[in-house]
Amino acid sequence: MRVPPAVTQRAVVGLMWTLAGLTLGVLLFIIAFVLWKGLPNVSWEFLSAPPRSMGREGGIFPMIVATAYVTGLGVLIAAPVGLATAIYLTEYTREGRLTHVIRFGADCLAGIPSIIFGLFGFVFFVITLGMGLSVLSGALTLALMVLPTIIRTSEEAIRAVPRAFREVSFGLGSTRWQMVTRVVLRSALPGITTGIVLAVGRCVSETAAVMLTAGSALGLPRGLFDSSRTLSLHFYILSREGISMAKAYATASILVVVILAINLFAYWLMRRFVAKVR
Amino acid sequence: MSVIGSTSVQPFAEMLAEEFNRNNGDVRVEVQGGGSTAGIQAVANGIAQIGTCSRSLKPEETGFTPITIARDGIAVVVNLANKVSNLSRHQIRAIYEGKITNWRDVGGTDQPIRLITREEGSGTREAFTHLVMGETRIAASAITQESNGAVKELVKNDPGAIGYMSLGLVHGDLKALTVDGVKANAGDVINGTYPLVRPFLFVVKGTPDAAAQRFIDFVLSPPAQAMLEKEGLVRAK
Amino acid sequence: MRTERLIGLVLAALAFTAISGLALITAFIFKEGFPLMMKVGLTDFITSSDWYPREGHFGIFPMILGSLAVTAGAMAIGVSFGVGVAILLTQFCPPRLVGVLKPAIELLAGIPSVVYGFMGVVILVPLIRENLGGSGLSVLAASIVLGIMVLPTVISISVDALQAVPRPYYEGSIALGATEWQTAHMVMLRAARSGIMAAVILGMGRAIGETMAVIMVAGNTIALPRSLLSPVRTLTSNIALEMGYAAGDHRQALFATGVVLFVVIMILNTVALTLSRRRARGASR
Repeated sequence: MRVPPAVTQRAVVGLMWTLAGLTLGVLLFIIAFVLWKGLPNVSWEFLSAPPRSMGREGGIFPMIVATAYVTGLGVLIAAPVGLATAIYLTEYTREGRLTHVIRFGADCLAGIPSIIFGLFGFVFFVITLGMGLSVLSGALTLALMVLPTIIRTSEEAIRAVPRAFREVSFGLGSTRWQMVTRVVLRSALPGITTGIVLAVGRCVSETAAVMLTAGSALGLPRGLFDSSRTLSLHFYILSREGISMAKAYATASILVVVILAINLFAYWLMRRFVAKVR
Repeated sequence: MSVIGSTSVQPFAEMLAEEFNRNNGDVRVEVQGGGSTAGIQAVANGIAQIGTCSRSLKPEETGFTPITIARDGIAVVVNLANKVSNLSRHQIRAIYEGKITNWRDVGGTDQPIRLITREEGSGTREAFTHLVMGETRIAASAITQESNGAVKELVKNDPGAIGYMSLGLVHGDLKALTVDGVKANAGDVINGTYPLVRPFLFVVKGTPDAAAQRFIDFVLSPPAQAMLEKEGLVRAK
Repeated sequence: MRTERLIGLVLAALAFTAISGLALITAFIFKEGFPLMMKVGLTDFITSSDWYPREGHFGIFPMILGSLAVTAGAMAIGVSFGVGVAILLTQFCPPRLVGVLKPAIELLAGIPSVVYGFMGVVILVPLIRENLGGSGLSVLAASIVLGIMVLPTVISISVDALQAVPRPYYEGSIALGATEWQTAHMVMLRAARSGIMAAVILGMGRAIGETMAVIMVAGNTIALPRSLLSPVRTLTSNIALEMGYAAGDHRQALFATGVVLFVVIMILNTVALTLSRRRARGASR
């Protein structure tokens, strides 16, 4: 019996909606579960106090600081480099062998798994360069990891700036650099910022790479060469060691809230300022 | 000052460091995990001043000074629902070798035995291998977990599981088997009758510097040892 | 215009950071891992099932099989759900809803892998243990968790690929009397096929490279996996589990595992890139 196409369509579309529903369901479930179990344990004391008794009591303040430190420094290093690369690729050279090589490097870097970054960071930054397990080693490793993201999003943002802007700038007698900084970057800023915000999100959720480079010390990191533990790593250790499920959930809920905030911010930036190129 | 090493020692070292840092403003002790072998390496490389170890030093690890800070029993644990309460060392070895595969062969219900072990290079695993397995390999089918806590969680939830972990962390959620008829508790570890005991070591290269020495002295002092005992370890002496 | 020249040079220098970083990473990983691969013998390293580092046996075949099994499982979920949702989003979904669904899916991508792993341990593993047997830590558990984790990648790249299909293809098909679904699977999918393949391959790369979540739910045995319910160890878990403890030959063997991983991922990535570049060139014609 031949099934009429309209019926097949309805069946298939129904199936796809189910799949989509399941996908979204999983996401909502994870977020809801973590928040439901964790938020009740979050208090001002939790956020501002250091951990006591191996993390069984007290709070996560050093972890929040460590995450901010490592992420902030990492993005601070990666952003100018990534932006410079994007500017160079779009404004200062023509498509050719050179740009292909640079792009190949960035694209390959994007695909490398985080454990390999961790291995590299450990061998290169921690041991060979002698930085030890530290915020600096972690930040440098993370910088390498998010560099491709920043290059890609910055390049897209810069390319989206209409050519006319550039021509007008030249027509008025500006140098290339003036054109780039005063015209192109100003226009592309929201797109570039979105990329940076996404990079921040990636850094915050990273565990394997920081485990091997920034270490897992519980204390407040006071300098670049102090080792410390990020939120994700703290959550991993708390939950695996079975030290305190309540604190583990609480840490996870903070993580989820931060990620949600970052994603919402990036999304808002994109909606408000960036034109959809496609 | 960095203290790096065994994940078994880590929670206790962190606790001691917290106490030490609170009373000594000028020296700051930082504790990391990474594993017993990593700890020894870190001391060798100069990355750490003190390495922590949950096994005795191997003969090829020369040039280090080991200082026993506590002793820890290794408990062989099973699920609370498991009927088996006592096993001989020989039986435990046969189980971990993969020769005995069902609980009914050692007096329990008809249920396949699920082996849980720690990762290669873990001090706890090294100690277990040294004390129980000898030269025999642990079966390839054993599930590997990367911390005492993970082993505990698994055994707690799986009625057919058997694992080994730090005695100090058992806390009544699991059943610690009596080995060769000897109960696994602090008393029997102290007087030496419980066979599965391993030292927790602080390892330094040569002689410790002043700051390290202060921390070591603190750890060996009666109040610190009492803290460790409260957490389930056994005093060094 | 000396300053202009200078600026150009500075920018060029910075632009080479990415490729030099890549070169450094390749160099170090190979430097640490290659000698051991030669020492043990490349074939032995890859085909032997004996992983007993203390005795000097370094065979990673079970881990290779483990990575393959878990990735295959993950892609089964990732492709079926991912491409399905992508078709839905581009062909059948009202635009308002797309505006909600797409960011939601991107949010999925931002959740840390350790949280996924944790959910796997707390909910999925007991579920498998009680209903399907075994310990719950299994290829199945890892596949499901990884499948969920690669969904955002597969979906977003597939959506891009489908959206890049020229409008006339769609309109032509409908004009000929096809239903939307017939158009979708006979015309759009086929036209976007290289982009979708790129999505799948990139998803595969992500699945192979995932570490933390897999360690938590896969069981990490060194035995060969025999069924969906067998516990398994992947290449990445091998590295992460033993890295902290390893010394000398053992550590080099872990780097060698890293080399194998690196090579596999590089191959996958290059294929994906070539596919998407081919698609880009095709679409602009």
